[in-house]
Amino acid sequence: MLLTIFQRMAETPWSVALHESLWVWPLIESTHVLTLALFAGTAMLFDLRLTGRALTSMPTATVMARLLPLTRLGFVLMVATGLLLFYASPVRNYQNIFFRTKMLLMVLAGLNVWLFHNGIYRRVHEWGHAAELPRAARMAGWASLLLWTGVIVTGRLVAYNWFDCDIQPQSAFVNWAAGCVVP
Amino acid sequence: MLLTFFEWCEATVLGETIRTSLWLFPAIECVHLLGLVMLGGSVLMVDLRLLGVGLREQPIAQVADAGHRLLTTGLIIMLATGIPLFLSEAIKCYYSPSFWVKILTLLPAIAFALTVRRRVTGADPATVNDRQRTLTAVASLGLWFTVAAAGRWIGFS
Repeated sequence: MLLTIFQRMAETPWSVALHESLWVWPLIESTHVLTLALFAGTAMLFDLRLTGRALTSMPTATVMARLLPLTRLGFVLMVATGLLLFYASPVRNYQNIFFRTKMLLMVLAGLNVWLFHNGIYRRVHEWGHAAELPRAARMAGWASLLLWTGVIVTGRLVAYNWFDCDIQPQSAFVNWAAGCVVP
Repeated sequence: MLLTFFEWCEATVLGETIRTSLWLFPAIECVHLLGLVMLGGSVLMVDLRLLGVGLREQPIAQVADAGHRLLTTGLIIMLATGIPLFLSEAIKCYYSPSFWVKILTLLPAIAFALTVRRRVTGADPATVNDRQRTLTAVASLGLWFTVAAAGRWIGFS
C-alpha cells in the first residue's frame, strides 16, 4: 500500500527534478547535516545537563527554557529538509533498512521526550541549582543521548546501498526488514 | 612538493586500510558527525549567548567556560576522525577546492576560538562592549559555518 504511494510519488515531476538536480539536492542535504549542530547540539547540551556531565553550575529549568526554543527551531528545519530529501527518492528511502531503523529510533526518542515531560520533569522546580538530578532524569538524559546518536548514525548510513532491494541476493531477513518485493 | 606529501598520506597504512575496507570509512564518518554535534553545539551555545540569545541569564564567562570544554572535546573527536578520513582519500582532497576552503578556514577558526573569542568571553564584562561581542560571535559563526559547509561539500565533489 505505502509502496504504491511512494512509487507514484517518485514519478511526480518535482520528485524527479529534485532527485536529478545538480545543486538543489546537495544544498538541501548540507542544510540537513549542518542543522544537526542546532538541533542535536542543543538537545545534547540539555541531555548533558540532565546526566550531570556539563552545565552543572546552571539551573536545569533555565537551561531547558533557554535551549528548547533553539532545539525546536532546529527540529523544524531538520524535518522540513528531511521531508524534501525523502521526497527526492521515496521508494529508495522507504526500502532502506537504515532509513527504517532511523524512523523507529525517532519514534522511541519522541516517546522518551513525552515520558520525560509528563513524568519526572514536572518536578523540575524542586531541582534548582542541584548538579546531580534524580535517577529518572539522568536515565532520560542517557536514553536521549543514545537514541539521537542512533538516529544520526543510521541517518548517515542511509547513503550506503549495501542492503538495497535492487542488489540481490540479500538474506531473507534483509529482504523482510527492507520490505523488498522479491520475485 | 605538496602533492608528494599528499601522495605519501594516501600511501600510509592507515589510509590504505580505510580505503580498502567497506565499512571503516562510513563508521569513522559517523563518529566525525557526532563530533560535529558536540563542536557545533558548543559553538552555537557561546556565540548565541554573545548575541543575547539562548542562555542569557547566565554570565558569559560561565557559558564560555562550559562551552570551551565541549569545544575542545568535540575538536579532538573531529581531528581524531578527520585525519584518518583525509588519509584515505588524500589525493582526492588535493584536487578538491572544498577541501582547501575547509582546511584554510579551519586553522583561523581554531586560532580565533582559542585566542580572541576566549579573551572576549573571559574578560570583565565592563571592559567589553556589545559591538565587540557581536563582531566576535559573527566572526566565529562565519568561520565554523564555512568549515562545516565546505567539509560537507568535499563529499559532493
